[in-house]
Amino acid sequence: MKKTLIALLLCAATLPAQAALDPAPVRQLAAEDSSAKVAAIRQLTQTADPDAVRVLKAMAEDSLFLAGDKVVIIDGEQAFDATSGEAIKMPANPESPTVNNRIRGELASALAALKLFDADVGVRLASAQKLQSQVTPEMAPLLARALEKESDAQIKALLTLAHAQANLANTDPAARLEAVKALAETSSPTIKSVLLPLTEKAGEPDDKVRYEAIAAVKAIDSRLAIAENVGRAFSGLSLGSILLLGALGLAITYGVMGIINMAHGELLMVGAYATYGMQSLFRAFAPDYIDWYLPAAIPVAFFAAALVGVVMERTVIRWLYGRTLETLLATWGLSLVLIQSARVLFGAQNVEVSNPSWMSGGIEVMPNLILPWNRIIIVGFAMFVLFLVWVLMNKTRLGMFVRAVTQNRAMAGCVGVPTARIDTMAFALGAGIAGLGGVALSQISNVGPDMGQGYIVDSFMVVVVGGVGQLAGAVWAALGLGIFSKLLEGWAGAVIAKISILVCIIIFIQKRPQGIFALKGRFVE
Amino acid sequence: MRKPLTLRILSALDTKSWLALGVFLALALLVVPVLHLNFPEDSAFHVSTYAITLIGKIMCYALVAVAMDLIWGYGGILSLGHGLFFALGGYAFGMYLMRQIGRDGSYGADLPDFMVFLDWKELPWFWLGSDSFGWASFLVLAVPAVVAFVFGYFAFRSRIKGVYFSIITQALTYAAMLLFFRNETGFGGNNGFTDFKRVLGYSITSPETRLVLFGLTAVMLAATLVFAAWLVKSKFGRVLTAIRDAESRVMFIGYNPLWYKLTIWVISAVLCGIAGALYVPQVGIINPSEMSPGNSIEIAIWVAVGGRGTLIGPIIGAFVVNLAKSWFTVSFPEYWLFFLGLLFIVVTLMLPQGLVGLWKKLMAKKEGAAA
Repeated sequence: MKKTLIALLLCAATLPAQAALDPAPVRQLAAEDSSAKVAAIRQLTQTADPDAVRVLKAMAEDSLFLAGDKVVIIDGEQAFDATSGEAIKMPANPESPTVNNRIRGELASALAALKLFDADVGVRLASAQKLQSQVTPEMAPLLARALEKESDAQIKALLTLAHAQANLANTDPAARLEAVKALAETSSPTIKSVLLPLTEKAGEPDDKVRYEAIAAVKAIDSRLAIAENVGRAFSGLSLGSILLLGALGLAITYGVMGIINMAHGELLMVGAYATYGMQSLFRAFAPDYIDWYLPAAIPVAFFAAALVGVVMERTVIRWLYGRTLETLLATWGLSLVLIQSARVLFGAQNVEVSNPSWMSGGIEVMPNLILPWNRIIIVGFAMFVLFLVWVLMNKTRLGMFVRAVTQNRAMAGCVGVPTARIDTMAFALGAGIAGLGGVALSQISNVGPDMGQGYIVDSFMVVVVGGVGQLAGAVWAALGLGIFSKLLEGWAGAVIAKISILVCIIIFIQKRPQGIFALKGRFVE
Repeated sequence: MRKPLTLRILSALDTKSWLALGVFLALALLVVPVLHLNFPEDSAFHVSTYAITLIGKIMCYALVAVAMDLIWGYGGILSLGHGLFFALGGYAFGMYLMRQIGRDGSYGADLPDFMVFLDWKELPWFWLGSDSFGWASFLVLAVPAVVAFVFGYFAFRSRIKGVYFSIITQALTYAAMLLFFRNETGFGGNNGFTDFKRVLGYSITSPETRLVLFGLTAVMLAATLVFAAWLVKSKFGRVLTAIRDAESRVMFIGYNPLWYKLTIWVISAVLCGIAGALYVPQVGIINPSEMSPGNSIEIAIWVAVGGRGTLIGPIIGAFVVNLAKSWFTVSFPEYWLFFLGLLFIVVTLMLPQGLVGLWKKLMAKKEGAAA
């Protein structure tokens, strides 16, 4: 009696109109043995049936039970037959099959794979993207089926890749060859690592496939190298932008007053701490607008650093006019005082400045090349500041005076330029720009009392290479040094890169002692 | 007719200075050892090991300050990288001291401990001969000299001067510090050299060795002082001062400033190297932080505090600043940087001639009042 019933049921199950599942694997889901369960899950996955999704989901949610010989799904007060999906009477004492971590992982990937057949394009796309990193050879037929049904081009491309990955373990060399060829078009490091075993005799017996795999790895490698170098150049660009913000102010003050401000790095620090202060204020008083702290910090940092700059100029630097070497020492003393003040005020530890939410994430250009938003924004910000400084220097009366004093202080004074006031203004401007640099720096590196020290040598190098009092020189030198040092860092390591850049600068100065863009004129000091 | 050498050396200092120098050497070579060895530790006359190490260390610094003064005070070239030459001398002698440890290191190996740690099997080529005292002493002189010559030749040839030169020397020592921080460079990385046991077979911690090193440092300082006094009074020294005051005019008269600058630059570097070599066995450690830009700038402030362009000034400055430093870092560690920073500012603003200049001014006032 029972047997006939089962046979009948089986017949019913195979009937397409009923759309029920094959009961054998469904029963096996509640088997004692984990491996049997896994096999059942895989088998159900292959069907790509919406009913299978229902059953597997129930299992993942712990609502799949074994009642006697029957696998049932219990949803609250309602019970359903797992195979057919029909509502049935609530069984007396349902037993819950053990679902351990291995099974859970299997279920999760099975459900993910089955999403490939979802009606919604978005769900399918997400599923296809997620699959890329967890393809197993067993998925090949499933993927093939999904590929057949798929109409969306983007998902199709992703599925082709996944299918090729699954097919790498195919017993047919021709299928493997196809798969390797398809994968050669990609540029992701994970695919490369999947292909690597095939380049060796132990991993791939077929010569043709192996050669193809070697070629494919080579092709991927060269694309990866390009992406890597582009990435390095980009991070060099962002480093260059920071250097530019540091060096612009330095170039202006050096141009106008002929002094190098050793405390310039500490003005960056003032800007960064101002950013930190704004973040704390927003956290305390306007937590809903926390993302706006950064724009608000820009003017605050500018004026905070400019104020410190004015105080420095009025109290110390002004009195050392014409004694450039002593100014170097006095400003170094100022930097020590500023560093120690920061330690006393904010503690010796680094403080935490977080990116606003609109700055997190990045643009994925290639699988191994992501351009982070914070760096993109910093580059843009530096360009914006550069533009403002250019306008200020070339289109305003103040800028004209600054340029006049830079070119010939005595003559500028003779024709009525208030040189002392211009000194203060130029110093405040340079300090303010450094403060803006501090805002940018706070977004990509640690904010602490010593942060300025690391950038000061580099900023000086920019000024030395770029030439005195020249915006263009500072721009080219900053971006050039930034990109060059990052590229070199990639090839030779950070320390060697630093040293070789220093050597290059010393050699460069042999040829052009006045920097790239020297002021033209005839004078002997 | 030229005077004989001894006479010329004698005439480098006046009678009063010779007398002061004699008193200084007698103190260092006789009084301090007697007080240190012959009086028990609780006696009021006892000179402690701490004091000897501290004074010995400061004498090394004073030597560096004199070297700095030669180049800055007399040559008008502000180097912010003299810590590099000091450290190079220290490292050159430190290599010898490391080899003297022999098998007494914590790994009991023939190689220095840090090499065992890096799993190196044999000494790198630049360590060859480092077990010989003579070769190490040669390196102490030669390495700073060669580095200074190469760097100085290129820098002075393209007439880099003023703040440009200062900045580049700072970058130089910064780059060297980064290089020495690397373990692969072969000089112990972060930790540098330490845990020395012996020098020339004598225990490095024994009172006698300490006193000998102390005395050697004092003699070296005195000898440097006499040499410097002779140098700045010689024709060479006068041309150098002229270059400081008006380089273009000196060139127009027909001198080539390159060789004058380069000579004093190399001499200054070698003196720093010697100071470093004397410093390392007394202090017992050398690491890359000696090359940090901050350290090199501090050397300039010793000279500025004492008074540049005088020879006694840098020594006074080195003693005043470093005694203040050891007092501050023990009593008020947080305020040391404030003090040092304000010292930089106050000295440059108010005391351009340093303490010696202040003293001279006060004397002149007194004389003026008396007259």
